[in-house]
Amino acid sequence: MTTLASSRRGAPSPGRVPSVGRRLRVDRRYLPVVGTLVVFVLLLVVGGARYDNFLSVGVLANLFINNAFLIVLAVGMTFVILTGGIDLSVGSVLALSGVTAAYLLQAGVPAGVVIPLVVLIGSLIGLLVGAMVHVFEVQPFIATLAAMFFARGLCFLVAPESIPIDDPTFVALASWDTWAGGQWRITSSVVIALVVVAVAFYLLHYTQFGRTVYAIGGGEQSARLMGLPVARTKVLVYVISGTCAGLGGLLFAMFSRSGYSLTGVGMELDAIAAVVIGGTLLTGGTGFVLGSVLGVLVLGLIQTIITFEGTLSSWWTKIVIGALLLVFVVLQRLLALRRS
Amino acid sequence: MPTSQAAGGFGAVVRHHLFWPVVALVALLAVNTAVRPGFLSVSILDDHLFGSPIDILRNCAPLMLVALGMSLVIATRGIDLSVGAVVAISGAVALTFIAGAPDPASTTTVLLAIGMALALGLVLGVWNGFLVSVLGIQPIIATLILMTAGRGVAMLITEGQITTVTSAPFKMLGAGYWLGLPVATLVAFGVFALVALLVRRTALGMLVESVGINPAASRLAGVRARTIVWTVFALSGLFSALAGLILSSNVMAADANNAGLFIELDAILAVVIGGTSLAGGKFSLSGTFVGVLIIATLSLTVTNVGISPLVTPLFKALVVAAVTLLQSPAMRRKLSERTRRRGRTAPVTPSDKPADVATDKVVAS
Repeated sequence: MTTLASSRRGAPSPGRVPSVGRRLRVDRRYLPVVGTLVVFVLLLVVGGARYDNFLSVGVLANLFINNAFLIVLAVGMTFVILTGGIDLSVGSVLALSGVTAAYLLQAGVPAGVVIPLVVLIGSLIGLLVGAMVHVFEVQPFIATLAAMFFARGLCFLVAPESIPIDDPTFVALASWDTWAGGQWRITSSVVIALVVVAVAFYLLHYTQFGRTVYAIGGGEQSARLMGLPVARTKVLVYVISGTCAGLGGLLFAMFSRSGYSLTGVGMELDAIAAVVIGGTLLTGGTGFVLGSVLGVLVLGLIQTIITFEGTLSSWWTKIVIGALLLVFVVLQRLLALRRS
Repeated sequence: MPTSQAAGGFGAVVRHHLFWPVVALVALLAVNTAVRPGFLSVSILDDHLFGSPIDILRNCAPLMLVALGMSLVIATRGIDLSVGAVVAISGAVALTFIAGAPDPASTTTVLLAIGMALALGLVLGVWNGFLVSVLGIQPIIATLILMTAGRGVAMLITEGQITTVTSAPFKMLGAGYWLGLPVATLVAFGVFALVALLVRRTALGMLVESVGINPAASRLAGVRARTIVWTVFALSGLFSALAGLILSSNVMAADANNAGLFIELDAILAVVIGGTSLAGGKFSLSGTFVGVLIIATLSLTVTNVGISPLVTPLFKALVVAAVTLLQSPAMRRKLSERTRRRGRTAPVTPSDKPADVATDKVVAS
């Protein structure tokens, strides 16, 4: 536990280049992300060697299309985890946002009203969680657990059955796509997801808010003593995660053209797994939003390989993800031990 | 819990750690009785007790076992997310073995199956304990690995099917009665009582708490922190396996996908509702006991009142929010300020762990 405590550290200090980092010519902060990149490339190589047509632009483009909502969730989760918290509610909030969107669209509410509204629902739940965590000092695990149950219950209140979406504006938005370079298919969900990633990247690395997020993860007490706006930031990260979950619900509704209250069961775990595989430490303070995106892509690639294999049953996905998590966690642990 | 009750008076009762949980339980029972006046009545039917209270006691058995292990894990500052997966694996192993045996109805087969499932649960718990205590991985991540992979493993064992068997001796465990009471309840409560006795009548409970309050200090004081953390995770795995046996025996089927789904969350809720802090340290098994009863009663209440059981999560969220807010350090500070207005100002938003301990002391003194 002592080693664990000392492995936590404050905002990354770019000025100090550690000796091991110099030898490897990679800043040690980036090592976990580099590890994820290596795994990603390895999976590509393995897939390309085993199956024809695997290393095609189509497969890679689909990786983004099929996982756009998970990318958005993982980005929001990264903020929360960087402060040392956790958000278990994202899967349920995603379902709530999707179901509400489908329900309102079916009732004839214009898409221009529905889309911002369902994203706001996510923000609102995030705000409630943030208030519980900060004002009442409820542990993030419990506060978001309550929000998870709350959102899931509301889903069934809105509509227990699956609702198809046939609103023309929404369908037009969902089916919009373009071909980058003639072959790489990009859908509206992918564009939205990439915009979210870009905004998150800017927020985390180029604003005072982002630096405060890292500082809280490194040591909340120190961040407060440094005069950083800890209270506001702690509430805001949950609002961001909630908003991302609301947006994720919208993307999922666009992906499936329907809203169903049982979607996203266990999706919070996928998001957390992606963030951890992407090199973010759950103790907070260390990690990158691009790492989380890479984590999502690794998860998606595993799924693709298992689909390509054909004979392997779907449950192997879970086992492989579990094994990968184990490898990454143990590696991170070894890195942390060497550092201290 | 050494809360001083000798002072007496309403304030002491309100400040007792079981006050709000018990109020919640009584309120739930009152709502049920208001809706259906005969709710609390128990009659004898087919040589065993019958009635809603008995239903609650039987339905809460698996959760009781899981929450028992969870309390101990949480007391050491850990958390065990893998219990649901262990529940699924244990049911899958037992039923696959019974289904494959030449004589599913023989007692030997059933005992072997139970032994195998329990041993596997223990092994999985030891695995979690190894990751946490030897490799030093955070409990939430260490158990997340098994939580993710575990259901896949259970699917592997059942080959993606929902395994069903007919075996009278195995059915006894989850759906049978002994001396008029459900066997599941007797097993769960028996184990609970045994552990409670062991923990509170020996130094074990204190050692567990000391590890939870300060692992480093307890190690320096000569407490074998590593062994204790390892033991509680192993126990959690063992109890989850037993819960999995009871659940699968109740329906005589092993559903790798849905057996024990979200039971880890329910168990954590029960522990938290019972007043044990996730920050580790002081724990209350009696609180967990009440917490489990609250959750089991809540599920029955929702159907009794005539609301779709699908909405149950909403009510769970409300109960959790209410109880955790009432028990939150901020609220406790306000309460203790009001009960003794001596102008003592509350500490300026202290950080999590030290503050928890500090406010606990303020409340207990």
